[in-house]
Amino acid sequence: MSLGPAEVAKIAHLARLAIRDEDVPAYARNLSAILELVAQMNAADTAGVAPMAHPLDMTQRLRSDAVTEPDQREHFQAIAPQVEAGLYLVPKVIE
Amino acid sequence: MHEKTIAQLSAGLAAGEFSSEELTRAFLERVERFNPQLNAFITVTAEAALARARAADQRRHRDEAGPLTGVPIVHKDIFCTEGVRTSCGSRMLDRFVAPYDATVVEKLNTAGAVMLGKTNMDEFAMGSSNETSLYGPVHNPWDLAMVPGGSSGGSAAAVAARLTPGATGTDTGGSIRQPAALCGITGLKPTYGRVSRWGMIAYASSLDQGGPMARSAEDCALLLGAMAGFDPRDSTSADRPVPDYTALLDRPLDGLKIGLPKEYFGEGLDGAVAQVVEEAIAEYRKLGAETVEISLPNSRLAIPAYYVIAPAECSSNLARFDGVRYGHRCENPKDLLDLYTRSRGEGFGPEVTRRILVGTFALSAGYYDAYYLKAQQIRRLISDDFQRAFQQVDVIAGPTSPTVAFKLGEKVDDPITMYLSDIYTIAVNLAGLPGLSLPVGFAAGLPVGLQLIGDYFAEDRLLHTAHRYQQATDWHLRAPAAFA
Repeated sequence: MSLGPAEVAKIAHLARLAIRDEDVPAYARNLSAILELVAQMNAADTAGVAPMAHPLDMTQRLRSDAVTEPDQREHFQAIAPQVEAGLYLVPKVIE
Repeated sequence: MHEKTIAQLSAGLAAGEFSSEELTRAFLERVERFNPQLNAFITVTAEAALARARAADQRRHRDEAGPLTGVPIVHKDIFCTEGVRTSCGSRMLDRFVAPYDATVVEKLNTAGAVMLGKTNMDEFAMGSSNETSLYGPVHNPWDLAMVPGGSSGGSAAAVAARLTPGATGTDTGGSIRQPAALCGITGLKPTYGRVSRWGMIAYASSLDQGGPMARSAEDCALLLGAMAGFDPRDSTSADRPVPDYTALLDRPLDGLKIGLPKEYFGEGLDGAVAQVVEEAIAEYRKLGAETVEISLPNSRLAIPAYYVIAPAECSSNLARFDGVRYGHRCENPKDLLDLYTRSRGEGFGPEVTRRILVGTFALSAGYYDAYYLKAQQIRRLISDDFQRAFQQVDVIAGPTSPTVAFKLGEKVDDPITMYLSDIYTIAVNLAGLPGLSLPVGFAAGLPVGLQLIGDYFAEDRLLHTAHRYQQATDWHLRAPAAFA
């Protein structure tokens, strides 16, 4: 499968990734080459094969519903790009 | 002191031949002298290392020392280290100071190991040459014009150049074994779930696994013993006891059955590498092992399936980097969407971007069955191949990498060619099996690695198999001339 510049721009939007216009053709070429590699999977007959999500087919453990984490808000906010009064600041969402 | 293995350093510390502070100073001096040529470190934590070394010496005086107490190590910069920058080789985390220690870091701290610093790596562990790092490529100590392999290239180069006796690495598709092979050291990717992933920055969660990198199998056994174990904070951690990996190293190999997959010795394998690997296998026969040809018929499907599963999981894992709570944020975002897209666009390099885009595409509406589901079915076929083989043999052996180290810049603009470097390692991650690479000789003056693959939780068998070879040969003791 081959991807064109418009499709790459759409995928980049889905991924919330800004790509410079001049880089789009190169990504389109690389992604098409990767999808061509991936298409080699189609040579395999996988009818009736159960998909493997976990290497050891283990199920996820459940933990008891108890508080295990102490409040470390100040510690974690020390590395945030922008905070005020204990809140993370982002551009205004509602005008 | 730098030429000694961890086992020898541990014995020297126990016998009082030198203190941990002396040892740590000696390695820090080597880092200062040689790292500018290698670029193996992103951060050197000299002061903290000396403080930890003095604490280790006091612990020894109190008779509370273990085998790793006072032994210097380095961590790949993917493991969170409290109070120390944890960059993952990315602009996204260039100024990220981790607020907590990864379980692996915590465990090695508890064992008394002394962290010298954090090592360079491909950005977010995505790469096979260490060239995608924000901090520039690492140089191979055997030839500075060559790549060290990746993504744990800084750890591999630092061990090979004797800047540290041991290191941690992570392996999602070969990132411990391939750089170990290209730098002439020993590296082990444990069974999925053996080593906790907590605090290890996620790339592809169903494949990622941390492990040790050192000069010898014995040293890897010592490190793994401290790193492995159940961790309730990692939901896929294996809840089973950790054996003493050093206890059974010296048994003879008599009767060991080694399987040689015919698919690993065919087209694509460099002739000189093949010859060195054949010689290593002949050595194993001399040591009492029996070899049989086996087949892993779905091997050729491993790379295609991996380049669906790993990017899909990466696109999901890396969605957390949004410029809000931590990590890179763009200047003057005009709205929230602009903040997300520009922070991510500026924060991620080209290879990470490629994989996020491939993963986003593969998981987008209408494509799930054709890509992710198909890849997960192939994963089952690959895993079944290995399980059939292990009914017949104890260990599988073959080349770790199809070539020796290649030139810096040679493959960086051609992702597909780069991906083929991991042709023999990727299937092991898809199946979740343990794999080890050990140095077995040289081709064109550069190290060649032999990969040993074991059944689930057979790390002890792999370490034993590698150790016996290292008792009979001296490839693992060879040092690059410029760093001897």
